[in-house]
Amino acid sequence: MENIEQRVKKIVAEQLGVNEADIKIDSSFVEDLGADSLDTVELVMALEEEFECEIPDEEAEKITNVQQAVDYVKAHLGK
Amino acid sequence: MSLQGKVALVTGASRGIGRAIAESLGREGAIVIGTATSDSGAAAIAGYLQEAGLQGTGLALDVNDAAAVDAALDQIEKAHGPVAVLVNNAGITRDQLLMRMKEDDWDAVMDTNLRSVYRLSKAVLRGMMKARWGRIISIASVVGASGSAGQTNYAAAKAGMMGFTKSLAREVGSRNITVNCVAPGFIDTDMTAVLAEDYKQKLLAQIPLERLGRPEEIADAVTFLASDKAAYVTGNTLHVNGGMFMN
Ligand SMILES: NC(=O)c1ccc[n+]([C@@H]2O[C@H](COP(=O)([O-])OP(=O)(O)OC[C@H]3O[C@@H](n4cnc5c(N)ncnc54)[C@H](OP(=O)(O)O)[C@@H]3O)[C@@H](O)[C@H]2O)c1
Repeated sequence: MENIEQRVKKIVAEQLGVNEADIKIDSSFVEDLGADSLDTVELVMALEEEFECEIPDEEAEKITNVQQAVDYVKAHLGK
Repeated sequence: MSLQGKVALVTGASRGIGRAIAESLGREGAIVIGTATSDSGAAAIAGYLQEAGLQGTGLALDVNDAAAVDAALDQIEKAHGPVAVLVNNAGITRDQLLMRMKEDDWDAVMDTNLRSVYRLSKAVLRGMMKARWGRIISIASVVGASGSAGQTNYAAAKAGMMGFTKSLAREVGSRNITVNCVAPGFIDTDMTAVLAEDYKQKLLAQIPLERLGRPEEIADAVTFLASDKAAYVTGNTLHVNGGMFMN
């Protein structure tokens, strides 16, 4: 099974239409990967589906780069 | 049929304009979920759809009950799939001169006519964004644009819908979701049946086409906006009023 970081990167690539190879762990969705605000909402929706969790709006707003997404998932997975 | 297999949610479909919309969307092949405030109303919706050989069913739903809206959307998605066409039609009037208007009259109209639009539109957006296709159509009113003595609450709610519509159209246009209003004029339904005869005559005198509109004529406009023929129309209000008000 792929690790969480790889799964997150894959989703980011799909949602934002960028190359997986261009996504670094500290890539910011908006600044580095060209996401607009609606893209980031959709990205959170996709993460919720992939990891079968619900991310509250207050938490979702704090997820602005790949690392933060990975951290969130790790902290909440399997709870 | 242009809406074959698409799920359409029509609030307030037990009678009047909402019923005509439900039937018209059904004839275009949509799976229509029509709502009423009571179980008997919901059963009646299921009944008229079935009788006409249309797909879909009735659902009891008070648009002012947030938990019930979430539960209804869940239920629809599980049974039929995500909503592709939302028609915000449920609406009430509580006419009164502002000087006599109670906060209750204001709140009831704002909640049922405007807050419900926020609530339902938000609830269906996720599915529409994923599908990269969606139609949100709200039934406003001519008085939202023209004003009407005795209807400060109602006109404010209907004008609010139009502003909501323009803003949401800008937010979700990139996802191929269109957001529009249809603004009926003076239509022959229960809502207008209660008006005094001399008031009706006065209204009629202002209508170039010299008659009330029929619910089906509003439904035709809604069905157009829901179809692919209106794919490039968004953020707009389509006035259907016999010329009573011209933009
Ligand atoms: N008739 C006109 O001339 C006219 C003109 C301009 C705009 N409009 C607008 O067109 C829409 C439909 O009007 P109409 O004339 O067809 O009205 P209507 O005959 O009075 O029907 C109103 C519908 O809304 C439903 N409803 C009321 N409160 C609700 C709530 N809290 N939750 C869910 N559903 C609720 C009713 O359900 P129940 O049957 O269960 O009560 C009914 O199905 C309204 O938004 C109205 O403002 C009408």
